[in-house]
Amino acid sequence: MGDNKLDLLQGTLDLMVLQTLAAMGEMHGYGIARRIEQVSGNEVLLNQGTIYAALVRLQQRSWISAAWGASENNRRAKFYTITRRGQKQLEQDTAYWTRLSGVMSRVLAMGEKESS
Amino acid sequence: MMRSEPKVPWSDRLQHTLARLRSLFHRETLDAELNAELESHIEMAIEEKQRQGFNPEEARRQTMIQLGGVEQTRQKQREARGLPWLEILISDLRYTMRTLRRDRSFAVVAVLILALGIGANIAVFSVVNTLMLRPLPLYDPGRLVWIAPPDANGLSSMTYSADAYDDLRLMNTSYTDVTAYYAFSAPDNLRLSGHGEPSPLTGIGVTSNFFHVLGVDPILGRSFTESEAVKGAPNVILLTYPYWKRQFGGDRSIVGKAITLDGKPTTVVGVLPESFDFGSIFSPGAKVDAFAPTILDDIRTQGNTLAMIGRMKPGVTVAQTQAEAKTLFRRFYWSKRDPLSQGGYSAHPTLLKDYVSGKLRRSLIVLWCAVGLILVIVCVNLSNLLLARSAARSKEFALRSALGAGRSRLIRQLLTESLVLSCAGAAGGLLLAYLITFYLSHQSSIALPLLNSIRIDAAALGWTLAITIGSTLLFGLLPGWKTATGNLQEALKDTGQGMSDGRKHEGLRSALVISEVALACVLLIGAGLLLRSFLHVIDIDLGYQPSTAAAIKLDYDDQMNIAKQTEFFRETVRRAQAIPGVEAAGLSDNLPLERNRGWGGPAVKGKTYRPGEIQDAFVYVVSPGYLPAMGMRLRGRDFGWQDDDKGDSTIILNETAAHALWPNEDAVGKMAVLGKTDVRVIGVIQDVHETNVEGKPSWQMYLPVMRSEWGASGATLVVRTKLPPAQLASSVMHTLREMNPKQSAVEFRPLQRTVDHAVSPRRFFMLLVSIFAGLGLILASLGIYGVISYSVTRRTQEIGIRMALGATPERVQRAILSQTLRMALMGIAVGLVASFAVAGLIASLLFGTKPTDPGTFAAMATILILVAGFAGYLPARRASRINPMVALRNE
Repeated sequence: MGDNKLDLLQGTLDLMVLQTLAAMGEMHGYGIARRIEQVSGNEVLLNQGTIYAALVRLQQRSWISAAWGASENNRRAKFYTITRRGQKQLEQDTAYWTRLSGVMSRVLAMGEKESS
Repeated sequence: MMRSEPKVPWSDRLQHTLARLRSLFHRETLDAELNAELESHIEMAIEEKQRQGFNPEEARRQTMIQLGGVEQTRQKQREARGLPWLEILISDLRYTMRTLRRDRSFAVVAVLILALGIGANIAVFSVVNTLMLRPLPLYDPGRLVWIAPPDANGLSSMTYSADAYDDLRLMNTSYTDVTAYYAFSAPDNLRLSGHGEPSPLTGIGVTSNFFHVLGVDPILGRSFTESEAVKGAPNVILLTYPYWKRQFGGDRSIVGKAITLDGKPTTVVGVLPESFDFGSIFSPGAKVDAFAPTILDDIRTQGNTLAMIGRMKPGVTVAQTQAEAKTLFRRFYWSKRDPLSQGGYSAHPTLLKDYVSGKLRRSLIVLWCAVGLILVIVCVNLSNLLLARSAARSKEFALRSALGAGRSRLIRQLLTESLVLSCAGAAGGLLLAYLITFYLSHQSSIALPLLNSIRIDAAALGWTLAITIGSTLLFGLLPGWKTATGNLQEALKDTGQGMSDGRKHEGLRSALVISEVALACVLLIGAGLLLRSFLHVIDIDLGYQPSTAAAIKLDYDDQMNIAKQTEFFRETVRRAQAIPGVEAAGLSDNLPLERNRGWGGPAVKGKTYRPGEIQDAFVYVVSPGYLPAMGMRLRGRDFGWQDDDKGDSTIILNETAAHALWPNEDAVGKMAVLGKTDVRVIGVIQDVHETNVEGKPSWQMYLPVMRSEWGASGATLVVRTKLPPAQLASSVMHTLREMNPKQSAVEFRPLQRTVDHAVSPRRFFMLLVSIFAGLGLILASLGIYGVISYSVTRRTQEIGIRMALGATPERVQRAILSQTLRMALMGIAVGLVASFAVAGLIASLLFGTKPTDPGTFAAMATILILVAGFAGYLPARRASRINPMVALRNE
């Protein structure tokens, strides 16, 4: 149910999109949305529509680029690729998130150790 | 350290903002692309769902749920890619343009009113900025000081002798250098020949370091050297830019060449820059064509002739120069040949800028306040207009609000409207101000300093921006707040003719109109007081009658001996008198209000005086006939041609001098001593305002041009005639050419022009304040008309019922007129009290008028009541013509 799903933190969706493109190469919007859902094990509350706001934002920052092409079923679709600048940004953001989550888990673990 | 967010360089942010801005211009393409993308998204999703076994309908439903709605997706994407606040602003602007186009007459009136208010403000600011705020167009003007005695009054008491100047340069410790100019040059004192017809020009003598000290570099050639200011040096001259352009067509090769001035070859050493205008700084309204080095040894015996300017050393303050002057100036000599002439001097240096514009400071501040009041009235008026409009639009706003527009959104809409209005007003105002400043800067007939350099500059533009934004807030906020806080339901119910809301609005509008009337009242009274002063000033008995006299500068050979010269003058005057239409004619070497001059004055024969006790007197060296030609009243007798070297030396004194010398006796017939000459007083003449109209005349003496000891400096023929001078000009010129073929072509000018020039600053200020007051009056009456007219429209039914019940049209009319007058009277009462309070501030600008002059107060209050009555009469007449049947049927 939606109630149990995680609300996305501000800015995390952009990072997820970047990472997906970096890992999977060229993808269209629907593919990215599906991929994120799959990887997150359907734990993320994602209106697939919000992906398009993220995509246009990343495009305006020149972190990804887009081109029309044909999908696997020969449908017209817009395909996105990560750019060089996007790669650099992704590295920075990844480092940041890793540090942040490390710190967060250490801080949160502190209480557990004491109680156990 | 952990940052709160990963860092994004500012260049990236800028790029992002620009991309978002760009997206606003490609709305359609971007929307179409997104639609296509979403379409393919939906198809792919449905296909996948169908593969998973959902029927087509269920697959579509699920897809839509997962997408979260097509419209929402589009909206989110648009917000992400664009700049939402800008889009709102643009839509507000579009809406505003639409509504203003619909309400064209309102928009035009509002923009016009604003343009007048803002234009007047920018123009006045430009004047204030040039005269008061901007530094003088000289190098580092903050270190230049004007060196004059503490109680300086009129140029003749502002000047020093050449010996004092030399001593000051030697002995001071405050200045890097001190310079001076010869303060008593007469207009058109030089004559250029060899370039077409001989023509006169005005040259000013300056010490050789003058341009160096002021920091003015010639654009061509060089300024003077010290060796050019000694006796026997070759003649040199520097040309001003306008004269160089006018006379020599801007010929660059003139520098280094000799021209013929007063018959002597004179080398042009340079041309001064266009930005340097001697007249506008030191002698407002005067036209100066050239500068020549003053040879100090030539003027050592002439007395106080030099006006001095010092450049302070770095770190020296004005107070320090003043302290030094206190002890230093006492040691200076009037002339070193006379050891007893030490000790007469004092000085109180002031910043040059204060000397130039200090006297005007108060006038300018008053002008500034007046124009500020105009802006306030403009804003109040617009507030009123907008309020009336917003009352009419309350339904529209209620509807928008019911459809979901937030209160802040509505206020923003209203503010956008006022912003658009004030921007249009500012544009119009800027144009108006440009025209006004252009006009002012080309007025040489107004004797205000620096007037020619008035222009709209960055400061004035900044000022425009500030007042535009300020006025927007001022007149947009009130109706905005009023509308937005209105009760929604009531507004929707209100048919615009109801009582409750309308009446509240009306109360506010009346208050606005009352304040408008009060402000206009203050302006009118201020203008009235200035006007009255001006009338007093032009009514001053100048001691001569300028309105029926005209003058022309005479050329003659000044190498003639005195007998020949007298004969020449006598014949010139005789022939001039013979011209038909001429009532009287005479010569003088200078005219009142034109230049300055002081000689050691007369003393009573036989009385001993302490050094410095003999007062300076203003000198006119005149021919017989001059005094009647000027229309002056004389006691005793005029000079006769026989008062020459063969007879007794004679003098005519003015009342002031005569009364000071012989307090209780008639001066006519008494003997006086002038320098070392005994002179007989043959007449006493009316005081003449010699250098300014408003000041007190000082000692004046008239000496006969026929005697060799006085030496006239040039001659001007004055002719008294009832004919317009232009009509006589050719016959006068013909006569002068007969006498002297070399006579230059100079103007035959009415004396009244000199007087007009002298009172021009006062006229200028009076005129401006009066225009502002008139503007305020119009605006206030517009406000009254608006409110009354609106209330009549709103109460059409009520009036109809009253008339149906038997009220006569006269009664209706009276009721509305009395409502108007009540408002006007309240405004006037407030205005009178306020004027009483502020009138004291302009007391120093008034002449012969008390700041509480009851006549002015009563007159202005009457004017306001009349105008208010008229503004109320129009709607009242309309009300009295309401047809009860029609009014009631309209329900």
